[in-house]
Amino acid sequence: MLSFPVSLRVSPAMKRGFFLVLLALLLAAPFFPQIIYPIFLMKMMCFALFACAFNLLLGHAGIVSFGHAAFFGGSAYITGYALRDLGWSTELAILAGVLFTTILGAAFGVLAIRRQGIYLAMITLALAQMVYFTFLQSSFTGAEDGMQPIPRGHLFGLVDLSDDSRLYFLVLACVIGGLWLVNRIVNSPFGEVLRAIREHEPRARSMGYAVDRYKIIAFALSAGLSGLAGSLKCVVFRLAALTDVHWHMSGDVILMTLLGGMNSVFGPAIGAVLISLLRHYFDALGAWVTVVIGIIFILCVLVFRRGVLGEINHLLSRRPATAVRPSKEEQNAQI
Amino acid sequence: MDIFGIPHQALMGQIMLGLVNGAFYAVLSLGLAIIFGLLRIVNFAHGAFFMLGAFVAFLVGRYFGIGYWPAMIIAPLVVGVAGILFERFALRRIYKLDPLYGLFLTFGLVLVLEGGFRVFMGSSGNPFPTPASMRGVVDLGFMMLPIYRGFVILMAVIVCAGTWIVIEKTRMGAYLRAATERPELTQAFGINVPILLTLTYGAGVALAGFAGVLAAPIQHVNPSMGSDLVIIVFAIVVIGGLGSVLGSAVTGLGLGVIEGLAKVYYSEASTTVVFLVMALVLLLRPAGLFGREES
Amino acid sequence: MKNSLRLAVTAASILAFGATGATAQVSDDVVRIGVLADMSGIYSDLSGKGAVEAVKMAAEDFGGTVLGKKIDVVFADHLNKPDVGAAKAREWFDTGSVDMINDLANSGVARAVAAVAKEKKRHIIVNGASNMGITNELCSPYAIHYAYDAYSLAHGTGKAVVEQGGKTWFFLTVDFAFGIGLEEQVSKVVRANGGRVAGAARHPLATTDFSSYVLQAQASKAEIIGVASTGADAVNAIRAAAEFGATKNQKLAALLLWIEDVHALGLPAAQGLLLTNAWYWDMNDDTRAFAKRFNERVGKMPNMAQAADYSSTMMYLNAVKAAGTDEPDAVSKKMREMKVSDMFTKNGTVRVDGRFVHDMYLWQVKTPAESKGPWDYLKQVSTIPAEQAFQPLSDSKCDLVKK
Repeated sequence: MLSFPVSLRVSPAMKRGFFLVLLALLLAAPFFPQIIYPIFLMKMMCFALFACAFNLLLGHAGIVSFGHAAFFGGSAYITGYALRDLGWSTELAILAGVLFTTILGAAFGVLAIRRQGIYLAMITLALAQMVYFTFLQSSFTGAEDGMQPIPRGHLFGLVDLSDDSRLYFLVLACVIGGLWLVNRIVNSPFGEVLRAIREHEPRARSMGYAVDRYKIIAFALSAGLSGLAGSLKCVVFRLAALTDVHWHMSGDVILMTLLGGMNSVFGPAIGAVLISLLRHYFDALGAWVTVVIGIIFILCVLVFRRGVLGEINHLLSRRPATAVRPSKEEQNAQI
Repeated sequence: MDIFGIPHQALMGQIMLGLVNGAFYAVLSLGLAIIFGLLRIVNFAHGAFFMLGAFVAFLVGRYFGIGYWPAMIIAPLVVGVAGILFERFALRRIYKLDPLYGLFLTFGLVLVLEGGFRVFMGSSGNPFPTPASMRGVVDLGFMMLPIYRGFVILMAVIVCAGTWIVIEKTRMGAYLRAATERPELTQAFGINVPILLTLTYGAGVALAGFAGVLAAPIQHVNPSMGSDLVIIVFAIVVIGGLGSVLGSAVTGLGLGVIEGLAKVYYSEASTTVVFLVMALVLLLRPAGLFGREES
Repeated sequence: MKNSLRLAVTAASILAFGATGATAQVSDDVVRIGVLADMSGIYSDLSGKGAVEAVKMAAEDFGGTVLGKKIDVVFADHLNKPDVGAAKAREWFDTGSVDMINDLANSGVARAVAAVAKEKKRHIIVNGASNMGITNELCSPYAIHYAYDAYSLAHGTGKAVVEQGGKTWFFLTVDFAFGIGLEEQVSKVVRANGGRVAGAARHPLATTDFSSYVLQAQASKAEIIGVASTGADAVNAIRAAAEFGATKNQKLAALLLWIEDVHALGLPAAQGLLLTNAWYWDMNDDTRAFAKRFNERVGKMPNMAQAADYSSTMMYLNAVKAAGTDEPDAVSKKMREMKVSDMFTKNGTVRVDGRFVHDMYLWQVKTPAESKGPWDYLKQVSTIPAEQAFQPLSDSKCDLVKK
């Protein structure tokens, strides 16, 4: 790590303060529905968690998965099935979804990590297409019509979640829990090993790390947390649909992550929020939105490869005199 | 005669159709393979360029009264030039990065092209007449094959063979192969590698544009005609072995036939079978059927 | 006498006051209509901008205000995704003070939104979709299925074709609620009239190459190939059938064809096809007048769903006016009491299950020689009277229907 002038760096206290303000705002938000629509807020939180979970693989393990839609959407279907057809209570249904995708993620991992880079991405895509096909053909999913209406169910069999604000706090708690876990994983010894593998796999291997096992666990964790996001979205909207398992969703989450910044823990969340805002407030423009998102994608790749948070970190950490271009090693987990 | 409960005729018919689809796959995956071989870019925009080719043929017909045959030359040229511009102003900047950035960049281009055509041309598509000299059907005994479809197979074979000859037998092809193997060394021998890259990208997407023109009379000319195609073609190139030109063309035809068979026995799975094959191939023969193991 | 007069005056003024009180009962001081349509996808030419303009025309023709409050029209794109549509509807009802959602092309979206409308107790009027669920298992006092449905299509085109001698059928079906529902309905009609269903090939939404499905249809040796899809899918299927010579030995029955589809196919390819539509622009002076105004705004002729968007918006606004409030239950009651006679239909009524009952028509596509110019595509074959055009209430699975 390079040393930075302290004055320009964000101190941990400031960071903590920022998170506390954000938390306070999020806690207050459902009481001011005229300012921001709580369900939209919940949707953004789901995508934020999804993007950060995805980035466990992309940013921190250097593994590109082009099949994360299988986890996000797959979990939604399982949760939906548990709620609608089995009548489980909400937390069990969500847990079932997460468990399913964790196992699915491990399976993806076992198959995919035999190859690297673009081949690996293609294997995940192929596997995800097969998952898509399975859900398309299964009778309980309603195929193209989506699975609906799904009851929101009762938390612990007691608290009725059909009320939006009660649900809001459940979603908020789950998303914060999920993000905390992501942060914990990234900044743990396990996360260090993942980055070591990303930087130089043979070296990590020669140091005695069971590289394959680390990768598979990373797959499983990323998939499980993506599944949590998908399950929550299903409960919020009372619906599970093919959109969430389609490969476009896998592309979307890559875009969110790139835009937000893949070399940080919470950058992808910012990307997710920005893309959601764009889709939400400009959807009247129809196909123009697709064009604009495409342009953003291109700009991200050409000009802002660090992503929003990466650029901010970069600006904050740049030494005025000798502007150092950050190398890959330098950009590790910052926030 | 029945084969697994399917009349012999129906089976032969589906295999024939599979060959027609395979012909498109072959031409498309050929371009994709050449681009990956030299540029190390996974051109996700290949389907979008395919669509662009069809639209150019359609638009020059509508606004300039240009017929199908001239369009068959014009459209690939226009698409090629568009590709060259994109390479020159965007792709070139990211060659030094991880190839995944190429995937992301071209994915962005897909959104722009498809969205743009949707804005300006609507989405329900435009009919494109089969050229007058190609109408009618031939009775093959087991099926009525529209002449145009037979023509598509023929053209695909000619184009694939032509491309293969250019790469393997000409000086230009030799440069190309050299630059694929050792770019720095080739540059040192006085060959302008950057221009070679630009031209290769242009030629690769021009092939996609050509396939678009071929497809126009069969499919509707519509903005999303290439959108799902790209991941199938992509899978085919991976099955054939990324960068293997011959491999991708042969695999394209083969996969077309497999898809045709899937349509007979389990039609819903026909869009998925290619991914199943891909997963199997990658697991059993990771570099693809015709690819070499990379270091 | 004097006293009783005073009493009467007082009573009258109380009544009058009560009535003025009611005019204030418009939530958020605006009557807002949302058009939830496919603005950019495979069905955007059938619904899309045309649907939005049709609803706007209705709001303008109504005078721009109802009960002294502004009529506002908003629109959104559901992208043919049930989840997107349902989320938008939820948001509109929760925060956008939208009182009624119109159009809803795409059966999957319509079903999802119907569930939301039922939960939120707000109105939807379905014009773009055919799924029978809207007036059956998903029915509510707040959902009206206005223009057409799968039953009416089956009993229009399907029945006519069987009666002409098409006894064995093979279906090319688009693989979601719309296509499967349509195939089911037509199969029932075919069997009821002594016909036989030889099989079906299901294809995904937005299929471009139908050749293999057409081959399956040919191999089935059925007399009729029933095209249970619409828009670009139907157009592609019909072209592929012609290309492979299927039309030599077999006949096509397009089960839901729109005027835009005929336009896309071109008359040489489409001539002779039978289709069931509730409305055609060239029926009478009223329809022509509407079509002319619509054409000036949109640049093409309206189809039946767009005409129904206009007509149903008018009906809703009239019901709000008659009820003196936009309170959903009161409006629902009024709409089920009204009779609609306008350029869309004569004497149309809404049944308890939400089905808007009106005459349907069987059309045939003209030959190129018969057509006098652009958009002159259809000639009427017969009228399907309202009482035969729709599912009888006795068959309804709607829990509002008392049995």
